[in-house]
Amino acid sequence: MPAALLGLHAVVALAAPIAARRLGRRVLLLCAVAPATATVWALLHASAVVGRGEAVDVHVAWVPTAGLNGDFRLDAFALLMVLLVSGIGTLIFGYAAAYFPATKRDVGGFAAWLTIFAGAMLGLVLADNVILVFVFWELTSITSFMLIGTNHREAASRSAATQALLTTGAGGLALLGGLVVLAEAAGTYSLSGLLTAPPGGEAAAWGIALVLVGAFTKSAQVPFHAWLPAAMAAPTPVSAYLHSATMVKAGVYVIARFAPAFALLPAWRPLVVGVGVATMIVGGYRALRQHDAKLLLAYGTVSQLGFMVVMFGLGTPDATFAATTLIVAHGLFKGALFMVVGAVDVQTGTRDIRELSGLRHRMPVAFSVSCVAAASMAGLPPLLGFIAKEAAYEGVLAGELGLTGPLAVTGIVVGSALTVAYSLRFVRGVFAGPRAAAVVPRERLILVAPAALLSAASLLMGVAPLLVDALVNAAATAAHPEWETYHLSLWHGLTVALGLSAVAVAGGAALHASRARVERWQAAAPRAPSASGGYDATWRGVLAVARRTTGVVQNGSLPLYLMVILLTAVTLPGAVLVADGEWPTATYTIGSWLQIGICLLAAAAATTIAFASRRFTAVLLLGAVGYSVAALFVLHGAPDLALTQMLIETLSLVIFVLVLRHLPSRFGHRPQRIDRVVRFSTAALVGLAVFAFSLVTAGARTAAPVSQEYVARALPEGHGRNIVNVILVDFRALDTLGEIVVLVTAALGISSLVVAGRLSRHERRASAGDST
Amino acid sequence: MTLVLAGTVAVLYAVGTYLLLQRTLTRIVIGLALLGHGANLLLLLAGGPPGEPPLVGEATSGVVSDPLPQAMALTAIVITFGVLAFLLALAYRSWAVSRNDEVEDDVEDRRVAAGKRASVHDEEVGQ
Repeated sequence: MPAALLGLHAVVALAAPIAARRLGRRVLLLCAVAPATATVWALLHASAVVGRGEAVDVHVAWVPTAGLNGDFRLDAFALLMVLLVSGIGTLIFGYAAAYFPATKRDVGGFAAWLTIFAGAMLGLVLADNVILVFVFWELTSITSFMLIGTNHREAASRSAATQALLTTGAGGLALLGGLVVLAEAAGTYSLSGLLTAPPGGEAAAWGIALVLVGAFTKSAQVPFHAWLPAAMAAPTPVSAYLHSATMVKAGVYVIARFAPAFALLPAWRPLVVGVGVATMIVGGYRALRQHDAKLLLAYGTVSQLGFMVVMFGLGTPDATFAATTLIVAHGLFKGALFMVVGAVDVQTGTRDIRELSGLRHRMPVAFSVSCVAAASMAGLPPLLGFIAKEAAYEGVLAGELGLTGPLAVTGIVVGSALTVAYSLRFVRGVFAGPRAAAVVPRERLILVAPAALLSAASLLMGVAPLLVDALVNAAATAAHPEWETYHLSLWHGLTVALGLSAVAVAGGAALHASRARVERWQAAAPRAPSASGGYDATWRGVLAVARRTTGVVQNGSLPLYLMVILLTAVTLPGAVLVADGEWPTATYTIGSWLQIGICLLAAAAATTIAFASRRFTAVLLLGAVGYSVAALFVLHGAPDLALTQMLIETLSLVIFVLVLRHLPSRFGHRPQRIDRVVRFSTAALVGLAVFAFSLVTAGARTAAPVSQEYVARALPEGHGRNIVNVILVDFRALDTLGEIVVLVTAALGISSLVVAGRLSRHERRASAGDST
Repeated sequence: MTLVLAGTVAVLYAVGTYLLLQRTLTRIVIGLALLGHGANLLLLLAGGPPGEPPLVGEATSGVVSDPLPQAMALTAIVITFGVLAFLLALAYRSWAVSRNDEVEDDVEDRRVAAGKRASVHDEEVGQ
């Protein structure tokens, strides 16, 4: 069934560009069918998967020996992710249909890419084979590239798309390496199998480190986070869907899956929690500096992703449970906020909070939706975000985490205070202030409706956590088997967690109250090395090194390239030949007088060619070499070879003469770029290496030759006495067929070259006639 | 194993390589032909000691040369001929079109080596 769902996405994506010709932007509504079907499918399985804790396994064997199988697994955690990916996806498709102007160019292509993304993300959370995980992971990177570059006529869009692709693509390679190392160490490519029996040892530690690098790039963790704010060049539906609610959670998802099995590795917690806390604080700090409401939210997303990485990364049952709640809460409030920003952008033409003023009067629905979503983001009761944050504090405080515990608590309190401050900054910046002079058209409810749905869910689930309780508990159990059901609730009594929440809210409110001073201070603070600067420097450095290397290695001289290849061929096998040092014990003879005579003739003729200054002399000498070789074949006991060699040599001579009569009689005298001595030494080295090689091969002949079988079968099966002929036309007839194909291809090429040459001469004569 | 044969193979390879490193297309083609001769001899040399022709029922003494390397060499001779003829046609075409049978330096590579931007497209991206 998962395969059918993925197939549905593919079919819809293929059909979208065609349907768009008739439907225009409404094609996006048609595409919504795919994620909607996936949502319904997940809901149909909810009673079994969530209620009874079962998992739907689909196994399609493809190349079992290589571990390549179409394995899919729908457990409760995957189901929760499917609901987020496909559920929010369905709303986004509807929103996008209203967001774009009816005149948008190439809406069909956009719809196709967005549908492919939805399918890839669905596949990623359902895949139960590590290679399949990687394939879908890369597919989301590629679709993200295409979607960020939707406005590809703008340079900013292009460079943002490239940056996202390079960053997440490099992380994808690390992920692949890590997954393969882990799978090889565990002896299985099944993800669930790998996680139930995690491999240990040094290899596994390196593997998991690579997996983490992949997850950090995808989920925009410090220091790889710069691509995410840049990706805001994408249309807002894309930002809402890919870069807040779903794709950036792929890294979080992978950490969630791996943490319970690997969190006890010594380096895991310091690394993951350290990176997560740093990301939380950097993201929140930067969000406070932004004037573009969308960028503000983007840095907020970076911060929240850090939060999720910390919580899942701790790997304790309590923290996993809290993180699961958080991933739901974040999807709901961040999706809503992005969609509101898009609506504001469409209605007013700007997203700059310095220009926006008094929108709460003109867009009251958007204002209330934003208030609920931002409150959930800030962790205020009675919203789902508050419950998630309470669970997070309790999760950290409950675990025995050593030094990472205090680090995580401090990080979360500071990060939450920053979150409160930028949430206030967002709502106040976009909606507050006196009524602006500019006339804003009436609020388009269709643009705000999807956001309102998400915000309503935030509120309902906050007031009545029972709605989401079963799902989150089952998902946490699926992600961390040791989790025992604990019911979400708004009020836990006067706990430490509540106190920490209050501290964070108070801190955030204070930050916001003194925002003018904070902004002055931020402007005056020495600029830390920025991640986007690091990306730019890396990009320029790689290009410069590539250019310099190419300049040295590829200087344009074809003989030089050839020399490099030849010397490599001599040096590498030659070194092994010398290092092995086992000289064969074959008996060497000098050869008969006749053989010596012919050999001397061949060698002399060949050497003279090198010094010949006339083309004709060189070709005649080549003929002498060829006929000498034929004679050597006879002496060796190979009459067929000799016969063929004679015929071919004669034919070659004829062709040479046919061509040479057009060319000048002497060779040209253009100076060479490589010194004569160097060329000579290279040639001598090659000769020496071949000499040594031929000595060794003679001695290496120790096993019984394969051809004995051919000799035995030639007469009874091939009905021929000439064994060489029988081999060519009977035992190895397919090889001969291939040889004939090569000859025919060469003949076709030759005839077309010669005919084309004639034509051009004919034309030249014709044009010469015209000009006279 | 006859040493003089191995020596001949080495000479054919050396001269073939030397000619291959030249500019003139004719010399390169001849070099390739020499390399082909060398390779065929090497195949035979590596394929065991010489003997009587591998014909069923004709052998008078016990030593018969191995037929399999011969079959390979035979194929190689024919293929080398095909390649040679094709290269000659190329040389002919080059002469007919540009009155030139020399291998030129790659212009784009020369530009890169000279430190210039590789192409117009690159400059556009760099800005």
